Amino acid sequence: MTGDMLINYALGILFFPLISFIILIFVGKRLPRQGDIVAIGSILLTLILSLAMFGSMLLSKDPGFRHEASFTWMDLGDFKIKLGFLIDNITIIMLLVVSLISTMTHIFSTKYMEGDIRYSRYYAYLGLFTFSMNGIVLANNLISLYIFWELVGVSSYLLIGHWFEKDSAADASKKAFLTNRVGDIGFFIGLMLVFTALGTFNYAEIFEGVSRGNISGNLLTFAGIGLFMGAVGKSSQFPLHIWLPDAMEGPTPVSALMHAATMVAAGVYLSVRLFPLFTPEALLFIAYTGGFTAIFAATIAITQNDIKKVLAYSTVSQLGYMILAVGTGAYVAGFFHLVTHAMFKACLFYGSGSVIHAMHHALHNLKDHDTDPQDMRNMGGFKSKMPITYWTMLVATLAISGVPLFSGFLSKDAILAGTLSFASHHPQHFLLPVFGFSAALITAFYMFRLIFMTFHNQPKLPNVFNDIHESPKPMVFPLILLSSLCVFIFYTLPYFNPLSDHGWFMELIQAKDSMVPGNPSAKYIADGIHHSHTLTMVLSVLVAALGIFLSWAVYMKKIISADIWTKKMSIFYNLSLNKYYFDENYNKYLYQPFLRLANRVSYIDWDLYDKYFINGFGHVTKWLSFITGRTDYDGLDQTIVDGLGRSMGKFGSSLKEIQTGRLQNYMLFALFGVIIIIIFQSF
Amino acid sequence: MDSLQTYLFISAILFSLGLYGVITRRNGIAVLMGVELILNAANINFIAFARFGGMNFSGQVFALFVIIMAAAEAAVALAIIINVFNNLDTVNIDDAKELKL
Amino acid sequence: MDNVAFGLIVALTLGSAFVVVLSKQLLYSAIALLFTLFGIAGLYIFMWADFMAGVQIIVYIGGILVLLIFGIMLTNKISSVNISHTSLQKSVGAVIALGVLGLLIPMILNTSWYQLSSKEPSQTADSIGRLLMMEYLLPFEVASLLLLGALIGAAMLSRNTN
Repeated sequence: MTGDMLINYALGILFFPLISFIILIFVGKRLPRQGDIVAIGSILLTLILSLAMFGSMLLSKDPGFRHEASFTWMDLGDFKIKLGFLIDNITIIMLLVVSLISTMTHIFSTKYMEGDIRYSRYYAYLGLFTFSMNGIVLANNLISLYIFWELVGVSSYLLIGHWFEKDSAADASKKAFLTNRVGDIGFFIGLMLVFTALGTFNYAEIFEGVSRGNISGNLLTFAGIGLFMGAVGKSSQFPLHIWLPDAMEGPTPVSALMHAATMVAAGVYLSVRLFPLFTPEALLFIAYTGGFTAIFAATIAITQNDIKKVLAYSTVSQLGYMILAVGTGAYVAGFFHLVTHAMFKACLFYGSGSVIHAMHHALHNLKDHDTDPQDMRNMGGFKSKMPITYWTMLVATLAISGVPLFSGFLSKDAILAGTLSFASHHPQHFLLPVFGFSAALITAFYMFRLIFMTFHNQPKLPNVFNDIHESPKPMVFPLILLSSLCVFIFYTLPYFNPLSDHGWFMELIQAKDSMVPGNPSAKYIADGIHHSHTLTMVLSVLVAALGIFLSWAVYMKKIISADIWTKKMSIFYNLSLNKYYFDENYNKYLYQPFLRLANRVSYIDWDLYDKYFINGFGHVTKWLSFITGRTDYDGLDQTIVDGLGRSMGKFGSSLKEIQTGRLQNYMLFALFGVIIIIIFQSF
Repeated sequence: MDSLQTYLFISAILFSLGLYGVITRRNGIAVLMGVELILNAANINFIAFARFGGMNFSGQVFALFVIIMAAAEAAVALAIIINVFNNLDTVNIDDAKELKL
Repeated sequence: MDNVAFGLIVALTLGSAFVVVLSKQLLYSAIALLFTLFGIAGLYIFMWADFMAGVQIIVYIGGILVLLIFGIMLTNKISSVNISHTSLQKSVGAVIALGVLGLLIPMILNTSWYQLSSKEPSQTADSIGRLLMMEYLLPFEVASLLLLGALIGAAMLSRNTN
């Protein structure tokens, strides 16, 4: 495919969803079926274009493919900002992932959101989101990335708060956006540091500048960490992870699209793109952030009872994995995990959506509005009633647990190999692989816990259980499609080795060297991974098996009692159940003081400044105008103008006295005048 | 002693006196007397110039005319004063001021 | 001899004139006017205008002055006897009159009067009559008209209006 065709396709991919958004926002309600045809049509077009680009990528077999096109946005003489597209293999795969999951969401939502009061607006916002996400993926410079970054945040806000009548949803959407913004402050600082040092926003030019050493040392570390903070916010890493679980207030398809597969992956995508400019210190920071998040979120997920919350914490944990991979240098592995995770996590979310949908219907028929349809303790035994949902979710769970023959195994394996290799080269960072493997163990445990609690055992609410049935086709179809994409084979073609990640993916996505002088080269990292590969494989299989066994023991066979262990480790249990009280502490130590400060400041502004200063001005002005009025009215008007008139009047009145009416007086005056004239004449 | 200037002096003094009488006196008839004094002063002037200007009798003719005027005027003035007296019951000319604003 | 008489006549004239304007009693003013007119007639005689002197006495004194005295008699009010003038008027009037005098006297003194010598005429009435009939005929006729008008006017003014 030629470069121009590529750019045209990219423009189509970018703007079709935007057009759908514009149409649906303005006339959506009046269209037949509230306009979901427009949305689905546009997303299908986008998917077709992405598939075309993907196909061309596969055919050309060029790992170094790279096409860039830009235009000048701002030209102020010696200050120029150029924006444009960057299309390389990573871009194409991301576009496909986004389009595919978005299409699945559009199809799934036709049934899930049926009868919703804001149906057309929902689809409009989905279009906006797709547009923004593709914008992030296609950007070739940090400024347009930042613009679309914010747009994605806005779409997330709009979609999480879709049912804004619920206070919890409105609060959650605000929390998501604001937490994102906190991360974006760091991003902006990093952005400005880079720009000040290098004078450009373009990736290629930045990397060139870094390799030449225009920016280095602590400044580069800070810039890198700053830019990474954007990823921390967007990909919900510790300590900005608080918004993702609350974002489950949004509709489940939205959770599948944004908070599993794409939006949260944007942070990982950013880290992958900017990998070449991270210094070793920055990379260490990134690695520990990711690793800690992975294990930390996993420990919370064990105790959660809401099915979506489990999946949310699972997402946070898996994102931690991807970030960990970038930190240890195996960023291609991180990207690989991003793709596989998108598939199986979206499938899991759709599955949970299907279960929740069925629960809603059953509870609605029973006129029961108190039972929580999302609580796993109200489920059980759904396997017989919802077979398709069960089998697809099972496949996805196997993938996420890292069981061989599935895609998740390959990508997780690659990441863990990366951490082991990193630790072997830097033994002081042994914690990283410890985090990785422990998180894998716990992940397997809680994911199977979810499956067992929902689909196996006896139903907890028999009368509800009777009404449970399989979901309609538009909801089941994405499940089937995505779960099939969880099988290893789609990533290893044209090879068929389930234990090796060697395939089209790894061939087309090859790691590039870091531009920071002195960083290990890509080859060095790849070699390290290769060496630890076997050990990793063995360990990860062991860990996965152990996790699944434990879960089976506790929840299926009840050999180990969950309740006894809960009481024994009640401290940990409570910490985990209450998410380590993060939200409460943030509120107490961050939000409240800040609100109090804001109150103080507003008091100064409102009561002091406005009252005394502004109103004081008003008073002074009033006083001045009063003085002026007095001067004008009393002084000028009365004294001078009127006074002149009055004195004239008085003078006239006094002159009137001359007209005495007495003849002799007149004669006197006449004679007087005559005398005067004669006197003057004689001079 | 009887030069032109003497007569002119006399006439000037009479004139001033007549003027004083006109503008000062309050009785209408007294004012009339002042007017007569003025007219007579003018007459003296005429006659004096007639005498000292080559015995030109035009001066005397003029004085004659002045006397005629004075007569007519005195008659009418007195008629007016008597009318005023009958209507306003006073001869004080200050009281005849109904035309005053 | 002439000078003494002249001086006396002048004194009579001027003195009476002073009394005319300064007297508080109206009748005194009228009598003083009589003497003034007499004095003026005397001056006429000194100026070789004997006819005029005669006319002065007959017409002025005999006609006008008598009329004035009639007027005084007819408008005599017992109560309104010589209310004093306002002092302002009197003083201002005096100033004005003296001012006029003050202007006239320098004028008289400084002007070089055009004088021609003249001898005493033998007949004055003849000359006056001749002038009246020849050169001053029009004014003569107009004067008669004026007299007519005055006659009618005075008659009309004094008629009874009821």
